[in-house]
Order: sequence, then C-alpha cells, then structure tokens
Amino acid sequence: MAHAYTPGLRVTPYAVVRKDRKLPLQGEVVAQVGDFVRRDQVVARTDLPGDVVALNLVNRLGCPPAEVPRYMLHEEGDRVQEGEPLAETQPFIKWFKSTVNAPATGVVESISSVTGQVILRKEPRPVEVLAYIDGQIVEIFDGEGVAVETRGAYIQGIFGVGGECWGPLHVAVGAPDQQLASLGQECAGKIVVVGSLITQDIIERARQLGAIGLVGGGLRDQDLRALLGYDLGVAITGDEDIGLTVIVTEGFGEIAIANKTFDILKACEGKEISISGATQIRAGVLRPEIIVPEAEGALSRAEAGDENEEGMGIGALLRVIRVPYFGRIGRVSSLPAELQVVESGARVRVLEVEFENGEKAVVPRANVEMIEE
Amino acid sequence: MSKMDVVIATDCGSTTTKAILIERREDGYHQTFRGEAPTTVEAPFEDVTRGVLNAIQEVEELSGRQILDGESIVTPAKGSHGVDAYISTSSAGGGLQMVVSGVVKSMTGESAQRCALGAGAIVMDVLASNDGRLPHQKIARIRQLRPDMVLLAGGTDGGTVSHVVELAEYIGAADPKPRFGSGFKLPVIYGGNKDARDEVAAVLGEKTALTQTDNIRPILERENLGPARQVIHDLFLEHVMAQAPGYRKLMDWTHAPIMPTPGAVGQIMQTIARQLDINVVGVDIGGATTDMFSVFSEVFNRTVSANLGMSYSISNVLAEAGLDSILRWVPFDIEEADLRDRIKNKMIRPTTIPQLLEELQVEQAIAREALRLAFVQHRELAVGLKGVQTERTLSDVFDQNDEGESLVQMMDLDLLVGSGGVLSHAPGRAQSAAMLIDAFQPEGITRLAVDSIFMMPHLGVLSTVNEQAATEVFERDCLIYLGTCVAPKGMGSPGEACMNFSIELPSGKEEGVLRVGELHLFPLGDDEEAQIQMIPLRNWDLGNGPGQEVSSTVRGGVVGLIIDGRGRPIQIAEDRDERLAQIAAWHQTLKLYDGD
Repeated sequence: MAHAYTPGLRVTPYAVVRKDRKLPLQGEVVAQVGDFVRRDQVVARTDLPGDVVALNLVNRLGCPPAEVPRYMLHEEGDRVQEGEPLAETQPFIKWFKSTVNAPATGVVESISSVTGQVILRKEPRPVEVLAYIDGQIVEIFDGEGVAVETRGAYIQGIFGVGGECWGPLHVAVGAPDQQLASLGQECAGKIVVVGSLITQDIIERARQLGAIGLVGGGLRDQDLRALLGYDLGVAITGDEDIGLTVIVTEGFGEIAIANKTFDILKACEGKEISISGATQIRAGVLRPEIIVPEAEGALSRAEAGDENEEGMGIGALLRVIRVPYFGRIGRVSSLPAELQVVESGARVRVLEVEFENGEKAVVPRANVEMIEE
Repeated sequence: MSKMDVVIATDCGSTTTKAILIERREDGYHQTFRGEAPTTVEAPFEDVTRGVLNAIQEVEELSGRQILDGESIVTPAKGSHGVDAYISTSSAGGGLQMVVSGVVKSMTGESAQRCALGAGAIVMDVLASNDGRLPHQKIARIRQLRPDMVLLAGGTDGGTVSHVVELAEYIGAADPKPRFGSGFKLPVIYGGNKDARDEVAAVLGEKTALTQTDNIRPILERENLGPARQVIHDLFLEHVMAQAPGYRKLMDWTHAPIMPTPGAVGQIMQTIARQLDINVVGVDIGGATTDMFSVFSEVFNRTVSANLGMSYSISNVLAEAGLDSILRWVPFDIEEADLRDRIKNKMIRPTTIPQLLEELQVEQAIAREALRLAFVQHRELAVGLKGVQTERTLSDVFDQNDEGESLVQMMDLDLLVGSGGVLSHAPGRAQSAAMLIDAFQPEGITRLAVDSIFMMPHLGVLSTVNEQAATEVFERDCLIYLGTCVAPKGMGSPGEACMNFSIELPSGKEEGVLRVGELHLFPLGDDEEAQIQMIPLRNWDLGNGPGQEVSSTVRGGVVGLIIDGRGRPIQIAEDRDERLAQIAAWHQTLKLYDGD
C-alpha cells in the first residue's frame, strides 16, 4: 500500500483555497469569472420543485376511480389557487353535489383514472448558494455554480458539527493546552478559540452570548451527545441546527491544539474568517475547515506549490493518534522494515518515535499522522 | 471457453482491489498467488482499471507468470504466459443502492427487499402502501434518496391494481434522478401484478427507464425472485457500472459479467450449501457495513446492515447496542466517558489499530455486538413468507410457530463462516472463534471458519463460469477452519450439570460433565476428527430433543473442539465482580490472549 499511516490534516498559513459552490439542481449562475465576491453574496440560484400533495378523490367525491377525470374542473398542467374548486360531481339534485377544493396553490400534475388520485405540485422553493468565502470567481459551471478562490490560511479540523458560517476570530486562551472555564461578553458574534477542551458549559455560554462558532482541541463524546440531543452514530455532519458551529482540531477527550494550528489562529486574531463544521468520514472524506481569506503573506498558487504527501522519513514530525500515546507529538527516530508484534498481539509495521521530552516509544505506523512543517 | 487451467480474478472494493490467481494442478484447482492495490475509481486516477492492473502486476511479480501485455490481459494460457479467463466483482463507488416498494410492507414489500438484497444491493428504503407515511412524505423520501435503481413490486397476479399504480404515481411524482449520470433516466424495474403492467407503463414509461419482469410474488404462497434479480444484475452493469470511471473498459476485459461483490458471495455460498448439502451462515464485517448471508434448506438470504461496522460505523454500534451490551464482554473496568471518547476517536481516525491489549479487547467486544445486531436484522428478514393461508389442525394450536418464522434455525446450522478485518486478522484465531460463538450463539454442533483473505467474491463469480473450480478452491484454500462448537441449548443455574460428554480424540478419550457457565477446549487439528457422544440433561437439547443423546463425528481446526455450557442465550452474571471473573475464566479456557 502507498501509505501505512494516516496522512495529516492540512494546516497551513499560506494556501490557495478553491471552493466549488454548486446548486443541488440545475439553475442560474449570477456571477462571472473575475468577479470579486463577498462571503454572503449570492452566486447561483434555482427553484427546487415544490412539494406534492396527493389527493385521493374517490372517497371525497364518492365515485369510482374511472369517473374522477370526468369530474375534474382542471386539467393536467393547470394552475390552481388554494381554496379554488378542483373537482365537482354533477348529480341530478344539486344538494348532493360534492366539491373538493385545492388544498394548496400549485399545478395539477397528474389525474389517475386507475387510482382516482390527483397529484398537485406546490409552488417551487427558491434556493440560493452563497460564496461562503471572500474571493474571486475563477470558474463557472454552466447552470450549476461557480468556483471561488482566495488566498489565505487554511486549517482542517478532525471533526465538526454545524454548517457554514463566518465572523471575526477571537482567540480566548493564551496557550494551546489551556482549558477555558467560561466565555466573556467579548465573544458575542465571534468565532472563538477556546483551548484544549470544548465543554458543555462553554457551548451553553456561547449560545447565550450569541457566539457564531467554537474551535477547540478536543470535545468529550458525552458533551457532543448533550449538544445534539442524540448519540451520533455515523460521522456525517454539517446540517445540525444547533445555533452555532463547533470545530474540533484534534479529537475526542481533552487534547491541546497543535502548536502550528494555534499559532496560525493567534496570528489571525480579529480577522473575518469562514468556517464549516461539515464532516464526512466515509468515501470522499470531508473534514471541517477554517479559512482566513487574504491572510498576510499569502502566496500565489504557484508559490504555494502543490500539496505533497511524502512518505515519512527519519526526523519527520508526527502526532500519535491512538492510545497509549494519544495526542503526543514527536519525531520519527527509526523505521524498522520488518513487522513487529505489539502488546495487543498484532503483527504490524511500526516506527520508533522520540517525543519532545526525549522519551522514545514504538507505535504502529497506522497510529500516527504526519504534521506538515 | 474450452480450457480453463489458469484464471485471474479481481474484486474492486471501495478502497482496495484484490487479485487472486487460480491454477489447475494435478490434484485439481488451487488459489496460488494474490496481490492488491488501492482502488482507483476516485480522483486523481478516476479509472478502475489502473488499480486492477496494479493488483494483477503484483500477482505477476509474485508468480513469475506474465499476465499483462501492456494494458491488456494475455489469453489463453500457454506455459508461464497468460491466463484462460479474467473475471471480476465490484463494490466500488458505494455498491448498488436501491429503493424497493411493495403494496403490503410485510408481504410484497419484504419480498422486494429480499430480491434486491439477494442481488447484492443496499436497500435504502422500503416503500409500501401501508408503511404509515403520508403520500407527500413518500414522494419526498424517494426524491431525497437518489437511488441507483428502483424495484416496484406489489400485488399478486390478478390481485390489486390500484395500489400498485398508486405507488408508481408516487415514484413518477418524485421524478427521481439516478446517482450517476445526470443525463440518464432512472432505471425502474416493475415486478408486480402482471395485470397492472400497462397502467404502470403509462405512468412511468416516459419519466423513467422502465423494465418489466415477472411478478416476484405471483401468488402469496410463492416468491419468484430469480427473474427480477437477473434484471437487477443486467441494469447494474448497464446503468451503474457503465457510469463509473473505467468500468466500460473493465467490462470489455472480463470473460463473464462483472457481479456486485455481495451478489458473488451469495452465489458461492449457495453453490457450497448445495454441493455439500449443508446449512451455512456467512458474515463479512467491514469498516462501514456488515453483510450477512445464509442458506438454510437451499433458501438463500442476504442482508446488509449499512451502519454496523468497525471503523466508520463503530459509533453507531454503540448507539444501537447501548453501552451496557458492549461492556458485558469487556474483561476489565472502564469509565463510560473514556470508552465513549475512544470509540469516537476510532470513528474519526478509522485506519488506526489497537496497540494495547485492552484496546483490542474493547474492539472485539464491540465486534461481538456489531455481529449480534447484524444477525438479529438478518434473522428478521430471512423468514418464511407472510400472508400465506395455512390450515391449522388441533395440534397446531399448541405449536407456537408463527407465520414468518425465521428460516435461520441455529440448531440446524452446519457451518459458520466469518470474514472482515476484525475476524480475519485477529491476532489469535481463538479470538475469532470466541467472537463468532458469542455473537451468533450457535446451538448443537456447528463448524466454525474464517475466510482469511476474503476470497469468496472471486469464487462466486468463478462459480458462474466453472463451478468445479470454485468448489475445489473453496474447500482447499478459501477457508481456515477454526474448529467445532458443541453447545447444548437451555438455561440453568451456574455450576449445575447440563451435559455428560465422552469424546474420542486422536490423543485419547476424554469424559466428563459439562456444567452451566463452563467452556471446555480440546485440541483437535484441522485434518483430525473426533467421535463424540453427548448426553444432555433434562431441559437441555443438543439437536435430538431435550435430554436426548447425540453421537456424531466432528472435525477440528486451528483452535480445536469447543464445548460450550454457557446456555442459550449465553448467561452473563449481573454482578460486576462475578461477571469479570466469568469473562476472565472463559478467556483463559480458550487461551484467547496468551499470545499464541
């Protein structure tokens, strides 16, 4: 296999970030290549087909299905207003007349003489796609959307909940391993970096204050359950309606934010940033992200170079991502080629790591991730 | 194909493409070499054949046989050059995803579900006239799911027309788009009441790519799933596979149609069950999903538990099983908060492996629950037909058997086969045996095995072109036999006798009393047999009825012969200390974590 280890998450102060912004269905693109757009600007819009209302007229009119078309006052394709008569029987005595009114405004889509069912489609629902980041339109996908590009800092988290949002960044801790007790008034309307653990208390306080998002090193699963109101089974997130977006940079439990991540965030204090908590860990991995457009010193695409995932070598910086050394950072000190038996009894490829305090340990290669330097 | 001495077979999985070489020798067919490479369906390659070529190249390097000439497969085999056939299965791109519908959820709805699952699909939803949802909710659901295809069934021949047409109208109103190929119409298979064909065609003929086939439930008493399954396979190739990157080329290369991976596994299991005249249960537990297969009395069933797995879906096992169910298998104390965080960390970093013994034990505890839950789901679907009128005599009044009873009867099970990382790559084979026994709780006499390199998909598609080769390789090279489990069914107080046993092992005779809560392990190698004479006590049943003696010949394996007196269901102590002692004793008996 090409990689026996987990490629690291992307954390960089200088990147060219490109985001495809596409509609769920074909529609109209309202921006052009070269346009500079703001994060809250509409770039494409469409109308989603309206919901349908199925009406079974057999019981309502008291007739067999085959007679339903005869009693219809409208044909397929006709527009009807809510409350307007839709079908009516024609008895000899007017008293016995049955009328069915349209329960909603829309178009008659089908009338069935087999089932007696009439399907009414309601008004279409408009959908708009926003730019999400401040940047420039670099490509148009005809009828589908656009690609927005910006230069700036880019940080991928490991897990998040909540959708896309934006606002000024506020780093509320002085060190990446600090754990914040509470949030102050200054956090209102901001995306707040809260240190090594995002607790339930902090989340509650952030909601009260009207903070837009929270970023931290770790989160306890029991607090996640309290936040969502259920046990998250499969890691597909981003649509939660929880009042704010939460991004975890390292993992579950209390874990210091990686120094590099923290330094970038610190340097971007006060800037307007865009974040998304959307995470999907199955095929087509999607991780939560923090984007700081136009961060100082951002390079052009050519200068930034391509991301490369070189194999690990002696001296490479890494983080262990499973117990017993979970969260610790060190450098590769040896890469034995042969398989070794670890305590669990598994025969696996391993590496020796030297931690920052000089201590050495042997860990499976599958249990480390590289840190870009 | 006249001669078939050398076959190369690949299985294109979501992450890995696995190639195996099968060669005929003097004593028959053997699986000789294997290679694997990352699957290349996604960017930057977007061509499945790249991964296939890489995997075959690895086989070439290991075997010294030239199979490729540039980008083509050399046929036929001459000496150490070429192969006689190339065959393949595929589950890349998320496999085959379907929505099925029937009029009555527990009758034609269930038949449609069994039909799609048996063809190798993931069933995203079952729509039925009586599923409790309002029409607009059904329509919204179909639109939201974006399946690869829809199977519309319902109504026996000559039965209801209006309900079936109503379902067709919902599908039409949703106007669903296929997952792949936005310019294509969604394939819909109609396999319902033949009298409704014209009406269904009038509703769906324009909007969808409609194919009509025989009714899957022509009368209530009989299912006819074969023709619709064949249509599903054909449309899978035509509409789904052909849209995936590189598959058109791959389809040109293969000498038999590409099969969906689970469909191929089902094929080999049916072949084996038929040829050996046995009942089989097989499981493949992956990172995201768990596939379960069974063949009982020649009736094949397959289910897939889409959100039960050991990495991506591990957190869902916790959510569905509950913490206590997992903790009951863990042989030490652990804080709930700590366990929860560990499980979530595995979910977000799915490729990590347990370094510590405790971590391994926690993962294997979770695996027991994932397997148990997937098996519960399987048993619920692998049932006799519901809605069948039966004549009940006076004696039936005392018989508690309901219609729709599960076909999967543990006492009748002959062979239990496990596959997937946590079972196939457990550091100790005894651990795999223990997980299988604890999760499935086999009754009577059951042989246990693992498919160590998951060769069953390859053999399934091979069986469609050469059944003899597939069967020979299955018996010789596919399975690693773990041993046999002998477990009387019953309940009792811990420590009381439940069965007397007498076993003629190659190493000598063993006699004794099995007590409730005990496990015994006797050495019995893969190619060895033992004569057993078992006399269960009153209320305990080993297959011949309560208290009735059973004499048999059993075969061994890499673990041996396991006699299980823990009761069915397995009785685990409520008290924490007692439970820990109990689990420790079982682990010790089976030498689970001795580093062997």
